[in-house]
Amino acid sequence: MSTMTIDKAGPRRNVKYGSMSRDRAWALRWSYFFLVLFAIFSLTPPLYMLITSLKSSAEISAATNPWWVFHPTLENYAELLTSNQFLRFFWNSAWVSIIVVTLTMLISVPAAFALARMKFWGSATLATGVFLTYLVPDSLLFIPLFKMFALIGDWTGVQLINRWYVLLFIYPTLTVPFCTWIMIGYFASIPKELDEAAIIDGASWFQTLTRIFIPVALPGLIAATIFAFTVSWAQFLYPLVFTTSTDQLVLPVGIITTLIKGDVFNWGQIMTGALLGAAPPLIIYAFLMDYYIAGLTAGATKG
Amino acid sequence: MADVALRKVVKRYDDVEAVRGIDLDIADHEFIVLVGPSGCGKSTTLRMIAGLEDISDGDIMIGGDVVNDVPPKDRDIAMVFQNYALYPHMTVAENMSFGLRLKHYPKAEIKARVTEAARLLDITDLIDRKPKQLSGGQRQRVAMGRAIVRNPKVFLFDEPLSNLDAKLRVQMRIEIKKVHQKVRTTTVYVTHDQVEAMTLADRVVVMNKGRIEQIGTPNELYHKPATRFVAGFIGSPAMNFIPCRLEDVGGTLQIRLTDRIAFPLPPARAARYNALPRTDKLLLGLRPEHLTESHAHLEPGVETFDTVLDVTEPMGMETLVYFGLDGTPVCGRVNPNAGAKDGAPMRLAMDLNNMHLLNEESGVVL
Amino acid sequence: MADAVVRQPGVARPASARKRASLHNILRRKSTAAFLMTLPLILLITLLVVYPAFYSLHLATLNKSMQRFVGFGNFEFLFRRDTFWLVVKQSCIFAITAVVFKALIGFIVAHFVHNIPAKGQRKWRGMLLVPWVIPPAMSTLAWLWLFDPSYSAFNYTLAFFGIGPIPWTGDAAWARFAVILVNVWYGAPFFMIMYLAALKSVPDQLYEAAAIDGANWWQRIWYVTLPMMRNIIAITTLFSLIVTFANFDIVRILTAGGPLDHTHIFATWAFRVGIEGSDIPLGASVSLFMVPILAVAAIFILRDVNKRGNEA
Repeated sequence: MSTMTIDKAGPRRNVKYGSMSRDRAWALRWSYFFLVLFAIFSLTPPLYMLITSLKSSAEISAATNPWWVFHPTLENYAELLTSNQFLRFFWNSAWVSIIVVTLTMLISVPAAFALARMKFWGSATLATGVFLTYLVPDSLLFIPLFKMFALIGDWTGVQLINRWYVLLFIYPTLTVPFCTWIMIGYFASIPKELDEAAIIDGASWFQTLTRIFIPVALPGLIAATIFAFTVSWAQFLYPLVFTTSTDQLVLPVGIITTLIKGDVFNWGQIMTGALLGAAPPLIIYAFLMDYYIAGLTAGATKG
Repeated sequence: MADVALRKVVKRYDDVEAVRGIDLDIADHEFIVLVGPSGCGKSTTLRMIAGLEDISDGDIMIGGDVVNDVPPKDRDIAMVFQNYALYPHMTVAENMSFGLRLKHYPKAEIKARVTEAARLLDITDLIDRKPKQLSGGQRQRVAMGRAIVRNPKVFLFDEPLSNLDAKLRVQMRIEIKKVHQKVRTTTVYVTHDQVEAMTLADRVVVMNKGRIEQIGTPNELYHKPATRFVAGFIGSPAMNFIPCRLEDVGGTLQIRLTDRIAFPLPPARAARYNALPRTDKLLLGLRPEHLTESHAHLEPGVETFDTVLDVTEPMGMETLVYFGLDGTPVCGRVNPNAGAKDGAPMRLAMDLNNMHLLNEESGVVL
Repeated sequence: MADAVVRQPGVARPASARKRASLHNILRRKSTAAFLMTLPLILLITLLVVYPAFYSLHLATLNKSMQRFVGFGNFEFLFRRDTFWLVVKQSCIFAITAVVFKALIGFIVAHFVHNIPAKGQRKWRGMLLVPWVIPPAMSTLAWLWLFDPSYSAFNYTLAFFGIGPIPWTGDAAWARFAVILVNVWYGAPFFMIMYLAALKSVPDQLYEAAAIDGANWWQRIWYVTLPMMRNIIAITTLFSLIVTFANFDIVRILTAGGPLDHTHIFATWAFRVGIEGSDIPLGASVSLFMVPILAVAAIFILRDVNKRGNEA
């Protein structure tokens, strides 16, 4: 009797373990299958940019297999990178982004510190207001802002429309609220005792911010900086509205308005330009992926 | 080095009084421990001395100067926090020297002070590490080092050992005591752990509900508690409180615990309690070590009675016995060889020479 | 000590008087400092966000040359135009369909990434987030080229399977499909990252407890994963709804609203009439129609974010 039950129990248990691990193996295989599918979906456009950028105009108009480069050439890159106009776009973009990032940090870091640590009248309301401002989209404000800056030009004679530096006033409306919001979160997570220790050690509010809070919240600061940069670099609507002369354009608008000429689409150059325009955010992302993702997910948590 | 004095210090949060008029004089070089349950106002008091909280009323003096409006950095104090509050991005040496660097001390002096403090605390090898790489005990040492290098008038400790495990806590307790013996800086130390309070303090301040219940040396508090709160808070296991009343039986004063059990009071005690009204509701306060097994040669004033034990807890060097007197749970400490067993009858001896008598209503020790 | 006691009455009184005055100063100084630190932020928000928002309301009540007050004239004009109703319809179709697909795809992909061994997750996550990193104006150009009528790489590939050339951006229905597809491509990775973070925050013990209670994988998702992620799903979806509803780049570059205004959404049409058509009041009126839905979504997000803050 007893030997029989043991005999029965033995193989049954084995089967059970076997099926469990087989289930898991299949689940894993399906996961990889779908992940490959989604990765293809995700990477097709950027890869297609790369493929096209390596083709000559002749090859493109020959309509050979679009997924393959038969005569790879760097002539598109050479042409764009020696074109004064394209370089101008690139520098405009770079200047705008760098100055906006600096302004954003100068505005949002002290504000976040004050909102996270120095409770004052209306500070809670202001924090909520910051979050709501971050939800206001560019497409709601571009018309009144355009009119406002046009009027400023009329009244003061200081012409800001169609100057690249007008973007320095506009972009912070997109970057500052979010950066302030996530910095509030990072600052609030620093234990209260740390600033008390600093106060007892003789640090002023300013020294507490610069010598304790900023170094301790450095990951948050990096995430906020990356965010501000990518937003400034990618912004399309505002420069399209505010700038029209080719020497004032930033990269995304420049590529679209100058490389697309009527019916003659020079796709090799357009794709090369798009790829070069996508390169700075992609490079930052490649090196600082973890900070990038931390900044992305931090927005959904309360500061 | 300086004395510290608190005069009628009050802290109000909106309409809640966290600290209700505290008077306290701390002598130079003294090690004072503020002890009490959570929410008793001990941390608030410490933070007011530090200047981290404004005081609502009264005065705080350090070294004879009123420091009510002096910002923390100018009070010449150093503080050790419960969670250490080490700056995570600085090395041990940078952590310790931060305050001195802010005050622009000469580099050579900073280095000398840090080296000296590190030597005193035995953390010389760790000087270039970041807090993340340190164990809890080491972080605690660094936090103390940061206080020592400043060479302040007063050290303030806010529950510095609560985050350590039991073994390390005992070790660090001794360490803190050693350091105090070397640097002799006036120290105010807050804890909720009465053992820490007893072992460290020159004088202990027992606080409850925003007031000081009693100030005294550890032995005074243990043997002459002023109130039921102090009597119950100090000592582990806690003092027993048994409802009782006084009776006159044939010219001697007698204490009645239950219908069955009543003992004549020892003469010294009888003289002390004779004037009390016989009708008062009283509590007999007796520490577990004064409830032991009965033996042949009992001193005068030690009375025996029989009871049935509910539960026994062998602790090794002694056995704790629990039983009920008219429904009041009582704890005694007997010799491990006295044969105490769960549910078994036992004859116990009560040492009335060490008894306390309390007014049940007011909680005052009579 | 006795010394201190004697000295006390003399010192204490002036001290208390002094205290009250300077405590006031300290409070004032601290809040003044805090106010100065937030001042640039306050100025930025008031001058460049709040003011233009109200200015927009004012603009919407003016005539085209902005010299005459017309009250609700612009709105009445819009209500009479078919194109406006086309835009309303297309905006809703676009936003809702795109958000639903982004959420679904994001959820599924997050699960697959969560399923595979932790070692490889970083690599996959990194690849799948690329669409979100590329500036949408740039990636939409690539899509435009993929959809190109004469050299379309998609049609070239489909021809192998005998499927005839598809007018990706030429036909109204296909164009609507195309803009939604590109938006899903761009936005799904964001959902994936958010869900993945949420999945990682569900403690393993919960799944183990559910497994011991006999729950199968579907029940585990339904009773453990979804309730634990409910809040983050709500926040992400609402947030994406706002961004998608207010989208400009993709439609503008891919179809510019065409064919025959069939893919216009609020932002692109407001740009068309307000900037390109130089009728600023009408453009402002169009974009104001986004406000109600944005406000509702924002209120719900704020509620959920606060709830999350309280949970933490």
